[in-house]
Amino acid sequence: MQNKSIAQMAAELRLRTYSSVELTRHYLERIARLDPRLNSFISVASESALAAAERADRAIASGDAGPLAGIPIAHKDIFCTAGIKTSCGSRMLDNFVAPYDATVVERLAAAGAVVLGKTNMDEFAMGSSNETSFYGPVHNPWDADRVPGGSSGGSAAAVAARLCAAATGTDTGGSIRQPAALCGITGIKPTYGRCSRWGMIAFASSLDQAGVLARSAADAACLLDEMAGFDPRDSTSADVAVPDYVDALDDDIAGLRIGLPKEYFGEGLDPRVAASVQDAIKEYERLGAKVKEISLPNSPLSVPVYYVVAPAECSSNLARFDGVRYGHRCENPKDLEDLYKRSRAEGFGAEVQRRIMIGTYVLSAGYYDAYYLKAQQIRQLIAADFARAFEEVDVIMGPTAPTTAFPLGAKMDDPVAMYLNDIYTIATNLAGLPGMSIPVEPVEGLPVGLQIIGNAFQEARLLNVAHRFQHVTHWHQGAPSGFE
Amino acid sequence: MSLDASDIEKIAHLARLEIAPESIERYAADLSNILDLVAQMDAVDTTGVEPMAHPLHMSQRLRPDRVSEHDRRELFQAIAPLTEDGLYLVPKVID
Repeated sequence: MQNKSIAQMAAELRLRTYSSVELTRHYLERIARLDPRLNSFISVASESALAAAERADRAIASGDAGPLAGIPIAHKDIFCTAGIKTSCGSRMLDNFVAPYDATVVERLAAAGAVVLGKTNMDEFAMGSSNETSFYGPVHNPWDADRVPGGSSGGSAAAVAARLCAAATGTDTGGSIRQPAALCGITGIKPTYGRCSRWGMIAFASSLDQAGVLARSAADAACLLDEMAGFDPRDSTSADVAVPDYVDALDDDIAGLRIGLPKEYFGEGLDPRVAASVQDAIKEYERLGAKVKEISLPNSPLSVPVYYVVAPAECSSNLARFDGVRYGHRCENPKDLEDLYKRSRAEGFGAEVQRRIMIGTYVLSAGYYDAYYLKAQQIRQLIAADFARAFEEVDVIMGPTAPTTAFPLGAKMDDPVAMYLNDIYTIATNLAGLPGMSIPVEPVEGLPVGLQIIGNAFQEARLLNVAHRFQHVTHWHQGAPSGFE
Repeated sequence: MSLDASDIEKIAHLARLEIAPESIERYAADLSNILDLVAQMDAVDTTGVEPMAHPLHMSQRLRPDRVSEHDRRELFQAIAPLTEDGLYLVPKVID
């Protein structure tokens, strides 16, 4: 049951081959039995999930069901959900139940989706391994001693382990694509502004974007069709028409122009990952695509630029957590400053505190020009590299991450080594562009991701390009042992 | 770029974080390493480059100045650590 596509589940629910209540129970049983090995869920919402499933079954029976009626999904614990705790992976919000639903949550619910629970994540989405979570690390279903990637590591592991049909995620510097790659699933980070950020806890507001982690491009298209679109409640939401992503999946890709940035195939890339990615690109050539080498000369600067822009925005966004209105508050504060300082020090973990301090430092008096302004100038150069490339090619391809999943604990003592995991994904966020990761041939049993980057608002093209590959290959169908 | 203990104390105060004395050295080392990474930016000549204001060059949308939200203070204060008569309570600020 858990290996069926979302389209197939939706069709069978409508034929009453099984009910949504049965499907939901099936997933809840899998979560109860298998998730203790993974720790991919922070909250499981059995009661509300079964109630939503009953509503979906009634809607199906009465013929007014939405496109995702009865499909069990999970939300990254960064999306506010009325009635289910939203922790953002942090002790700071361990007691937080949001008074409202995020727009993305609301839209998927309106389409009939059933929410099984909330998935584990790096604290406030800051991390590339899911090890900074207050709720403990997530284990990679392909090898329990390895990380699932991050920050949407819980969503990626849960989807790979077939504990939900698909899951939402967010991507600020690679947080959908990198865990999708490391867990062997399909992930899409849409264009900045494509999905509403309303009710999605802010990390770096000029980079954050909601997206989907799923087992295939076709499944991702089903969710994105419902999530994408203008939202007046998000001031940076793009008022741009949304095409039908499912409709475009089968479009012909003969003549597709693929650019391979030489900077994405250099030093630091595991040669076995490179070989797997090159094989996938050969498959695209067999499908009629034309490949050419391109250059994104400023992309090697994307990690340094990101570690100015993202911490600066995070230090500002996380200033709201002050122990006064919601979230963690320290015991017996002796004065207001003590209340702020101890509530924040107790509520935030080490990585979040590091980033708040970096952000505070680069924005402090006298340093603004040297850091923030300089970073925003180089960001412009990085975006211009992409603009030039897209004059010559339709999509850009390369590896999603430089290596396969690394062992738990391997990089926790070296923040800079951890940051370099996102070396191929960050530039896309800095330029606001959409990106995907799809599974290609694994290396020694561990998944490898092919990254596909498109021009702004080209999600339909990306999903189409990914789907055509998945039509002729089977890498996306592989399930980790014990989770088939 | 190297930060010392007094830099960390100053930054932590600005960020309103209570840092344990035994953690200061570690933060100094970590933050210095991150700033070394960031220092790669110095090699780029950005003279005359307009800093990015929005990744898609969109301008800030403004909404009409009309009431769009109703009062939900009770709902929002239900999750507060400490309130009284509709007010958030904090330690005394002025004696």
